[in-house]
Amino acid sequence: MPESLAITKFSDLANPTRFLALAARILPFMAAITAILFAIGLYLSFTTEGDYQQGQTVRIMYVHVPAAWLSMMCYTVMAISAIGTLVWRHPLADVSHKAAAPLGAGFTLIALATGSLWGKPMWGTWWVWDARLTSVFVLFLMYLGLIALNRAMDDPSRAARVSAVLILVGFVNIPIIKFSVDWWNTLHQPASVMRMDGPTIDPEFLWPLLIMAIAFTLLFFTLHVMAMRNEIWRRRVTAQRRMAARMAGGREA
Amino acid sequence: MTALLLRDLRLSVRAGGGALIGVLFFMTVVAVIPFGVGPDLNLLSRIGPAIVWIGALLSALLGLDRMFQTDREDGSLDLLLMQEHPLVLTVLVKCLAHWLGNGLPLVIASPLLGLFMNMDEVAIGATMLTLLVGTPALTFIGAVGAAVAVALPRGGLLVSILVLPLAIPVLIFGVSASYAAVEDPAPFMPPFLILVAITMFFTVLGPLGAALALKNAAD
Repeated sequence: MPESLAITKFSDLANPTRFLALAARILPFMAAITAILFAIGLYLSFTTEGDYQQGQTVRIMYVHVPAAWLSMMCYTVMAISAIGTLVWRHPLADVSHKAAAPLGAGFTLIALATGSLWGKPMWGTWWVWDARLTSVFVLFLMYLGLIALNRAMDDPSRAARVSAVLILVGFVNIPIIKFSVDWWNTLHQPASVMRMDGPTIDPEFLWPLLIMAIAFTLLFFTLHVMAMRNEIWRRRVTAQRRMAARMAGGREA
Repeated sequence: MTALLLRDLRLSVRAGGGALIGVLFFMTVVAVIPFGVGPDLNLLSRIGPAIVWIGALLSALLGLDRMFQTDREDGSLDLLLMQEHPLVLTVLVKCLAHWLGNGLPLVIASPLLGLFMNMDEVAIGATMLTLLVGTPALTFIGAVGAAVAVALPRGGLLVSILVLPLAIPVLIFGVSASYAAVEDPAPFMPPFLILVAITMFFTVLGPLGAALALKNAAD
């Protein structure tokens, strides 16, 4: 059956050993490409000209914008994994959204911190309560809440299912973040790259930005696969410890 | 369904229920504010609607963790899960009962606190109206959090952390509608209608999510 080939491949990954083998094979390549792209991107970021108005501070954009994109993409990945958990009971999906939450929190923190550093020279303040900043801050709080919820429960599969529900409910925040700059009059500028009528940003800045964005995306996926691998290993260690404890208890009795 | 509604209401009003404690907490929070910012009546009347809203939000969070936990402890949650009615409807009824027991007293108590805050009649009326429309949304959002944390031994704090970010839009539009009623240039209807829309949206999404979480949290 040719149409079910993709599905078969996908459900093959439910076997953690197959996933670990795949991860071991692709991780070195992903890490290498990420490193190369970061090298190119950082070189370009520091060699292109500064903005005539913003001067050198425009270079913050090359970290800030990709991190902000990634903070939203990470939540989307988590939401897709949450659907995988609830609909298909795919065991890898459990691991996936658990592993993605700390990464998402990290990228969101980077976006908030660099945005704050950029805001001080440009807007004259570290922080304003406008719609974009507030909604990203809420996203950060939601990541932390999800991590806390996942840690509060012992049984990993139940923790995964319950937090999947919460991830899906919290997904309403993502469109709010994306369109907050269009719906409200914010201090934060509206979208200038992802637009219907093409980017309005100068090519001088666009190229380093795009390369950095791809590098960040690859960095996310590399870290994500690594975190998933670690989570699988952690569960195996726990299972083996339990088994050892049970056998030791059996011998005594 | 009616029986369930009445049962939950009775449980929440009688001893051991959190309904009156919620109102008491609401009054305490609002009463503490003047000590913090000083008894300047002009300032208090200016920030009054916001204070009353924040107080109501916090007290609405207070009783949430008990919404499904008491039922889980005495085993009736399993019966609710097993019955033939769709679970979503059961959760919806439980939310309504919870709101009648915990949310409505807050709305009724709010005019008194508005007087404490030196707000004028229009502001008190607007705050009460927005609370009446907005607090059901808080209950429905909270139901998801309560269902998620139902199996946790000490879920109360976690429920608040999980629910607060989602409740922020309700607070924003509730407070802005209350202010719009007092200050002339801003129209009252747009934020108020958005608040109504948020409440209706979460009336659908909240019970759905809570039912899904309850099914998955049962072992």
